[in-house]
Amino acid sequence: MIRIDSVTKRYPDGTVAVDRLSLEIPDRSITVLVGPSGCGKTTTLRMINRMVEPTEGTILLDGEDSRRQPVTTLRRSMGYVIQNAGLFQHRTIVDNIATVPRLLGWGRQRARERAAELMERVGLDPSLAKRYPYQLSGGQQQRVGVARALAADPPVLLMDEPFSAVDPVVRKGLQAELLRIQDELGKTIVFVTHDIDEAITLGTMVAVLREGGRLAQYAPPADLLSNPADGFVEDFLGADRGIRRLSFFPSDALELTTDAVIPADATAARIAAVEAPHLLVTDADGRPLGWAAREELTAGDLRTDRLLPYGRPFVPGADSLRVALDCAVLSPVGRAVAVDGHGRVTGVVSQQTIGEAVRAAHTAGRADEQKVAG
Amino acid sequence: MTGFFDIPSDLQHSWAGLIGLHLREALLPVAAGLLLALPIAQLCGRFRWLYPPVLGLTTVLYAVPSLAFFVVLIDYTGQTELTVMIPLALYSLVVLVPAIVDGVRSVPDETLAAATAMGFGSVRRYLQVQLPIAAPAVIAGLRVATASSISLVGVGALIGNQGALGNLLAAAQKYDRPELAVNAVVTMAVLAILCDVLLVALRVLLTPWMPRGGTRLKPAARRAEITPEGAVR
Repeated sequence: MIRIDSVTKRYPDGTVAVDRLSLEIPDRSITVLVGPSGCGKTTTLRMINRMVEPTEGTILLDGEDSRRQPVTTLRRSMGYVIQNAGLFQHRTIVDNIATVPRLLGWGRQRARERAAELMERVGLDPSLAKRYPYQLSGGQQQRVGVARALAADPPVLLMDEPFSAVDPVVRKGLQAELLRIQDELGKTIVFVTHDIDEAITLGTMVAVLREGGRLAQYAPPADLLSNPADGFVEDFLGADRGIRRLSFFPSDALELTTDAVIPADATAARIAAVEAPHLLVTDADGRPLGWAAREELTAGDLRTDRLLPYGRPFVPGADSLRVALDCAVLSPVGRAVAVDGHGRVTGVVSQQTIGEAVRAAHTAGRADEQKVAG
Repeated sequence: MTGFFDIPSDLQHSWAGLIGLHLREALLPVAAGLLLALPIAQLCGRFRWLYPPVLGLTTVLYAVPSLAFFVVLIDYTGQTELTVMIPLALYSLVVLVPAIVDGVRSVPDETLAAATAMGFGSVRRYLQVQLPIAAPAVIAGLRVATASSISLVGVGALIGNQGALGNLLAAAQKYDRPELAVNAVVTMAVLAILCDVLLVALRVLLTPWMPRGGTRLKPAARRAEITPEGAVR
């Protein structure tokens, strides 16, 4: 465990970058430091590997003062990923990744084999091994940065706004990839970002810092959204924190109805039995085709080209309440389509029903919430 | 008219001999200048306040006429090649020091921070990261210094037979043989061009990592971006 114990960083000109900050960073989880620029988040990160020395306070690694080991040894035991990747432009991709193993004295061959292994792990094509950084896209470079940080299998990974310079689509991919890699490797990750969405997506714990390097709140993301400590945190979370919080509620408790779901070859009697104003028409395999108004439907005359689009379906259990609500909002008939893992319709659910589920979830209490968030 | 390559015997060298001598007197000072410039530039990078006065000093040295250097040096080193080469080495500093300083400064902050964070010591970081990335800028400086040195060697003719191909110019006057002057000028120009081509080839060889058809390093543009945070150990 990394323990930051009332650490202060004051520069010679009197600027206080970090002010008596204390944090306990749990092992094998992602802890995000988030805040506006000038809040000392990068300084805090750099104090962990002593690129910046604290003016006061100590940083303990598994109970031991980080100053007790040689600084280069300390740094080689912590992977570091930086904005724009910070790759060595004069070295090939494989040699970039092999950097820390080489510093640790591994043979060239072994280091390169390890590098090849890591390229695969972070989803890089092996054919890129002999390329130089300028030949890669921003997203690929960032993957190389992650691979390079992981090369010597360090227990700790420090990430300083690693994804902020890539476009939003690539960023989402990299975030998903990081979560996948974290599932496999279980590193202790300290992640710095100014993007609250990124913090909420990635963090097991989120530390919100304010200007002057003071801690505003340290909590799991769901807690942050439900109980911001003060106005600053609330403002920082943004206007739609209620909607965002729905990401932490599962959608599997939603009550689905199937009486409005009819196959394309349904009989007139079957159609007549439906009370709802719109029917969801499915193909022979049960996959959704689209919505139809009941009065326009006559048996045997289903014009699939005249159906309203069913929008995006959600998968109960896998998707959150937020996704379910989004599907209902986007649906032309105000109802979300639920499908199973194979894309077959399991039912439909209205905005009203989702709204009730939202209210129930919000009143369910914080204890339940924390379980879900985990 | 006697031959173009018929060198007067008082020069004590054949044409090829003069070329060898000329290259030695021109290139050794550049090499010495490079060896001198590396630590000076390193100091200027480490202590920023040092750079402006150092630049000023190298410029003043460059402004001192070689003849003035010869007058001072001749008491110590006599009418030798060394008397010619010492001023040339000092002249090369005026291009080499800024070339290395700018080259090293052109290394992006993220790259430096990443190297530090991965556990490079400062010496290793300088040799394995900063210098290789500065190579294109350093070689650009070497090209200017080399061409300038090749042309300046000729001044050595002022202190006797130490001007190599430059002596041909003196001989052209002395023996009224203008073709020797043409020979001197053309040979020096060709030598300068050949050395330049070799340096460009060296750069291409050393920097397979550079995008083809241009350089991404823009030292002047990058300088403004250097922050105290980038100056980590």
